[in-house]
Amino acid sequence: MTAETLFEKVWRAHEVVPETADAPAVLYVDLHLIHEVTTPQAFAVLRERGLPVRRPERTLGTLDHSTPTDAREIFGGVPIRIESAARQVAALEQNAAAFGVELLGLQDGRRGIVHVIGPELGATQPGMTIVCGDSHTSTHGAFGTYAFGIGTTEVGHVLAAQCLLQRKPKTMAIEFGGRLPPGVSAKDLILALIGRIGVGGGTGHVIEYRGEAIRALSMDGRMTVCNMSIEAGAKAGMIAPDETTIEYLKGRSRAPQGAAWERALDEWRRLPTDAGAVFDQSVVFDVSEVEPMVTYGTNPGMSAPVGGRIPARGDESFSLSLRYMGFEPGDALAGKRIDRVFVGSCTNSRLSDLRAAAEILRGRRIARGVRMLVVPGSQQVKRAAEGEGLDEVFIEAGAEWRESGCSMCIGMNGDTAEAGHYVVSTSNRNFEGRQGRGARTLLASPATAAATAVTGRLTDPREFLP
Amino acid sequence: MNALRKIRSRTVVLPVNDIDTDQIIPARFLTTTDRAGFGRMLFADWRFDASGRSRPDCALNRPEAAGSAILVAGRNFGCGSSREHAPWALLDFGFRAIVSTSFADIFATNALKNGLLPVVVDGATHAWLTAHPGAEIEIDLHSAVLALPDGGQVPFPIEPFARYCLLNGVDELGYLLSQRPVIEAFEARRAR
Repeated sequence: MTAETLFEKVWRAHEVVPETADAPAVLYVDLHLIHEVTTPQAFAVLRERGLPVRRPERTLGTLDHSTPTDAREIFGGVPIRIESAARQVAALEQNAAAFGVELLGLQDGRRGIVHVIGPELGATQPGMTIVCGDSHTSTHGAFGTYAFGIGTTEVGHVLAAQCLLQRKPKTMAIEFGGRLPPGVSAKDLILALIGRIGVGGGTGHVIEYRGEAIRALSMDGRMTVCNMSIEAGAKAGMIAPDETTIEYLKGRSRAPQGAAWERALDEWRRLPTDAGAVFDQSVVFDVSEVEPMVTYGTNPGMSAPVGGRIPARGDESFSLSLRYMGFEPGDALAGKRIDRVFVGSCTNSRLSDLRAAAEILRGRRIARGVRMLVVPGSQQVKRAAEGEGLDEVFIEAGAEWRESGCSMCIGMNGDTAEAGHYVVSTSNRNFEGRQGRGARTLLASPATAAATAVTGRLTDPREFLP
Repeated sequence: MNALRKIRSRTVVLPVNDIDTDQIIPARFLTTTDRAGFGRMLFADWRFDASGRSRPDCALNRPEAAGSAILVAGRNFGCGSSREHAPWALLDFGFRAIVSTSFADIFATNALKNGLLPVVVDGATHAWLTAHPGAEIEIDLHSAVLALPDGGQVPFPIEPFARYCLLNGVDELGYLLSQRPVIEAFEARRAR
């Protein structure tokens, strides 16, 4: 048997029909995650053609994108403020009921951001193929799954056939050598990487993140890294399962139990890339010099250390981007005045992210004039954080503590920033208008976001750490 | 889907790199359960100011852009979100092909599934097209060649199955459903 990469093993195990020069492979999908925004038109196709959902038990729905984060809109008191969002939520409720698909509804204690709940429930497992009508599906790759975002036509294909027509992507190894310095997080690591390989650097490739620095990350940190694979243009990002993965999954409600768990472990331990397997491309990245990072432009590749300066570049796209941001080449980043802080999104809304922000906010107040929103990734994360008193830390610091959802990462539920305002955000995209028309986003880690909230100016979180 | 063969049109040029799907169609327009009518929201924040007035400096608003079916844009077009509303909006506005030096993977897949052609050309061809907005060009899907006004023939890559489906109006879902016996056999094999 030839040596194979992690990706090649997962791909091969799901090849219903191998690809040929004329036709793509038919690839089997183990888990199809769905949400309210990218599914209504797909269910409409099933209705038009009189098709059922082929494997309802392999389909799991949640409400997150256009879903409110205000408790009154979820648990009663006021209706969902955006009428079209309310219709979208109702449409998924109706479609799930009509097609026999499980939906973690508005008031379900397991509801949350689609990429937070899959792992949290143990539904995301090593060796699986997972798709969702959302580009950040790459998050699940942290478990050694081949997970990628698809459009609505393909959502329809998976609903109807449990398969997709796919060309086999190329492979890229990113070898992270060294250890991350204290006060530097997985978010800083992935921002630094995208800054280096560029927002199109991974196009056509599945990235496998490898090396000592990856092995040292918690599952939350690994999810943050894989989550932003799409911001480098990659088809997916993957990390081989190890004891950290197994420890995380053990006992979760949808993970295998008993004898099935033992069988699963045998399979999972065979997944890591074989010695001698060949990647189409390899990048080596020493992480020991990485610093807290922040973006200064309008794509996630435009980043620099918080303590650094905005570089100068000649091209028109770069100038347009800085003009939108109201920045100049050569500007120092630390000290930039900030209006808003957002801690949340499928990138950084898990318990460890909230702890990192709370550690800095504990016993402090956010700066006058700054508005800070903290949105847990799921209702389970919310309850766990409240169990540790993190909600009180945030509220006493002057931040708002909300119900789970995508919230200000995409602003579809009305959680947006004002035109011209600067937002330090733990989310994944700093595109023009992403957080509200005219709003200016600076992507950073939860610790940097919290430190910035305290001073009202972009701040290196290491200034607050003991 | 109707068969697609040749697209002949004047171009509109947006000479910006990394145009993301949030620009193509901002997220606030995605709270809908329909797939029609997205054309008026295409590049909404580039075409209209905050009060909804048309911006005359936007290439898409110029009179000569009316009726154009080919958009020329910078590298890595369609990066970001998986929203299929992006190709729906481009098609509804009237575009049938986008020419760039590279496309984001999910966008390219979504575009092809809807009959919008992502046409990848070399840097020199792209530079010429960018410098000559409104040039009349022809894109022939059958031969996979883009013809420049001076007669220059630029071949472009296209995934053979997508090309076959577009040329013949083949429905990919129908093809996938025809694989049902093999899918069932695969499931049975795995269940053992």
